Parts: sequence; C-alpha cells; structure tokens
Amino acid sequence: MSAGEKYVAAAYGVVFVFVLVWVAIVAAKLARLERETAELAKLAREQHTDG
Amino acid sequence: MSGYVADVVALARKDLRLELRARDTLPAMLLFVLSALAVFHFALPVGAGDDAAYGLLWVALVFTALLGLARAWAPERAGGVLDGLVLAPCDRSAIWLGKTIATLGFLVAAEIVALPAFALLFAPLDATAVAGVVLANVGICAVGSLLAAMAASSRARELILPLLFLPLSIPLVVGGVGSSISPEGGKYLAFLGLYDAVFAILSWASFEYVVTE
Amino acid sequence: MAAAIAMIFLVAPEDADQGISQKIFYFHVPIALTAYAGFGLGALKALLLLWKGGERYDLESYTAIHQGTIFGALTLLTGAIWAKASWGVWWTWSSNQLVLFLVLFLFYCAYFMLRFSIEPGARRERISAVYALFGVALIPVSFFAIRLANDFIHPTVFTREGPQMTDTMFAAFCVAWAAILALAYLMYRVELAGKRVDANLRELREVLSQ
Repeated sequence: MSAGEKYVAAAYGVVFVFVLVWVAIVAAKLARLERETAELAKLAREQHTDG
Repeated sequence: MSGYVADVVALARKDLRLELRARDTLPAMLLFVLSALAVFHFALPVGAGDDAAYGLLWVALVFTALLGLARAWAPERAGGVLDGLVLAPCDRSAIWLGKTIATLGFLVAAEIVALPAFALLFAPLDATAVAGVVLANVGICAVGSLLAAMAASSRARELILPLLFLPLSIPLVVGGVGSSISPEGGKYLAFLGLYDAVFAILSWASFEYVVTE
Repeated sequence: MAAAIAMIFLVAPEDADQGISQKIFYFHVPIALTAYAGFGLGALKALLLLWKGGERYDLESYTAIHQGTIFGALTLLTGAIWAKASWGVWWTWSSNQLVLFLVLFLFYCAYFMLRFSIEPGARRERISAVYALFGVALIPVSFFAIRLANDFIHPTVFTREGPQMTDTMFAAFCVAWAAILALAYLMYRVELAGKRVDANLRELREVLSQ
C-alpha cells in the first residue's frame, strides 16, 4: 500500500467511524426510548385497570 | 423618528452617567489594555519587527473590548431593569443602539489612551490604521452588545461571551491588521465597513427577539 | 439510511482508478458542501421560527445545525488528511476552505454551548435562532476575510491544483455528493424523529402522572 493509498483509506475510515459512532448513539437512544415507552405503557395499563 | 433618537440618546446617556458615578468598567479596561501592552513587550522577541506588534495590538483591542462587553448589561441585570425596559413604550432596537453607543464610548475612551501608548512604545500608527480601529470599533460594539445580551440570559454568562464573540471577531481582526500593515489599506477599510453594515443591520433587526420573554 | 451507506460504498470503487490522493476529494468536498447545506437549512428554519413562531422550527433548526457541525468536523478531519497526502503537512493556513471550516466549527460549537446554558423555553428558541442567522452571515464574510488575510499572512501560497475534472470524474463527484446529501438528510430526519419522540414521551408522562 503506498502512502497515498494509506491516506485515502484513513480519510474514508474517519468518515466511516464518524457514521458508526453516530449510529451507535442513535441505537443507544432508541434503546432508551424503547425502555421509556414500555414503562409508560405499563403505567397506562395500570391506570386503565384502576379507573 | 425623533422619539426614537431621543430614546437612544437617553439610554446611552444613562449608561455613561452610571459609569461616571460607579467607575467600575472604564478604569479596568484602561488598566487592562496598558498591562497587555506591557506584557506584549516581553512576549515579542527582539527583532520581531513592527508587523508582529500590530498583530498584538489587535489582540489587545479585541480582549479589552470583551472586558467591557462582559460588563455591558451588568447594571440592567443587577437591578432587574432589562425586563422593565423591554416593556417600556420604546422600540426595543433603541435599547440595543443605546447600549452599542455606550460601549463604543467606553472602547473609544480606552483607545484614546491605548493607541498613543502603542505608537510611543512599539510602532507608529498611520491614518489608515486609526481608521481601521474606528471602523472595527463599530463592528465590535454592534455585534458585541447583542451577543452580550444573549450571554446575559444564559447560565454561564461571562464565560460564554468570549466563545460567542471570538469567531465573529476574526473578520474584524483580519480587516484591522490588514489596514495597519498592508500597503493597500483601503481595501481592508472597505471590508471593515462591509462587516459593520452587515452585522449592524442584523443585530439591529434581531435584538428584539433576544430580549423579549 | 442503509440505502445511502450502501450507495456510498458502491460509489467509492467507481472512482478507484483515478489519481490516488485525489480520491479524498470525492468525499471531502461533498461533505463540506453538505455541511453548508446543514448550516443553511438551520438558518432557514431559524428564520421561519422568528417569522412565524412554533416550536417545531426550533427543533428542526437545532437538528440541522447539529448535522452541519458533524459534517463540518468531518470536513476538517478529511481536509487535514488530504493536506497531509498532497502537501505533506497536516494543517495549512493557506487553504481557505479549511480555515473557514475551522472558524465555522468554533462558531457552531459556541452555538451548542449557548443553547445548553439557557433554560428551555421561547427565549432560548429565539436566541438560538438569532445566533444561527449570524452564522450564515458569517460564512461569506469570513470567506472573504480569509481570502484577504492570505494576502498578508502568506505572500506565497501552495498553489492548489484546481481539480480538472473529466466527465466521469464529475459524474462520480455528483453521485458522491448526492449520496452524502441523502445520508445527511436521513440523519437529520432520524435525529428529528428521535427528538420528537422524546418530546412526545415527556408529554405522555405528564398526562399519565396526573
């Protein structure tokens, strides 16, 4: 691999890593939202049966 | 229209009079800019030349202005006056213009001492350089008084103003240094004028949104 | 989003046979243009917020600027690598675009600092919007300033070969740009949807706890 090719690979790699990190953050957020919705659904069901 | 001018004059005069009574901003700015010049003497290696000194002059001016701007809305904040001013039956942009003129007054007062001191200690300043300082002052105060109002409503206050202000001041420093050292200084003066016009209009138009609840 | 990523990886080999370090160009320039698009969209939404009002514009403006900043950081990184590859240095003050992106990056980082230190509410929306509008005014002014600054800071600059693009190179460039723009737009939609779900959930929680 020539030096030029290495730099090209590095540049594309940096972009890839950025997108990867972004996807990971979104995944974490999605997991949190999932937890929250489940919790709220449980809460709603309890209130429904109470009322 | 004359009512607008009267409001602006009254607001600017209020700030200047407050400062004359309390004397807490201007002496600090003066002392800061002179101390900065003294520090620069030791920061410049021997034989660094005049061009480097002009660059440092601009750093000193920008930071001195920041010092003044950080205090710009302090009286209003301390007394909770700003909310009252906003409700007062005057155009809100008049508040901005009054504050800009007042901070401009402080900055010019500091420079009346700082520029001769610089010319005496470091390098001579020609008419183009002084014109550059004057034009940059307008831009600094116009943008700065708006950003200071933004910063005043945040939790971080003094901490955040330099962060907001320094990126916006880069074009001013370019124009100012260019007008001091370039043989074709007129081009840089025109650029400073353009900057002033663009950002003064933008600040004037948008100030209302920053202060209303 | 998967489609956009797949597209980029299909596009990348397409320009594999052209000059070595030139290949970064296909990524770097579209990313930079996309960052401008993000800042521009953010300012547009900010203008709409000030004009018409409405919380949704605040969220949209913020998300667009967030994307712009992500792509701005990527521009700086890929630009630094490109500078290293073609000029042998990691950073050069004579590349106007890179310096402009440094200024913009600092400016928009301050945007986030400002936003996070104001209590949420109508006032924060408007202050953020005004600052976003300052951003788009700063882009041309800074660009011009940096051009002027080069006159006295760098009397002799690296002459940057303007990319003389052949038709196929230009086509590859356009496809790459479209792909990155699509990626950014999808990222913008995903983030926006996430933030809206967040807001909806908060509301739901309030309703349920009554």
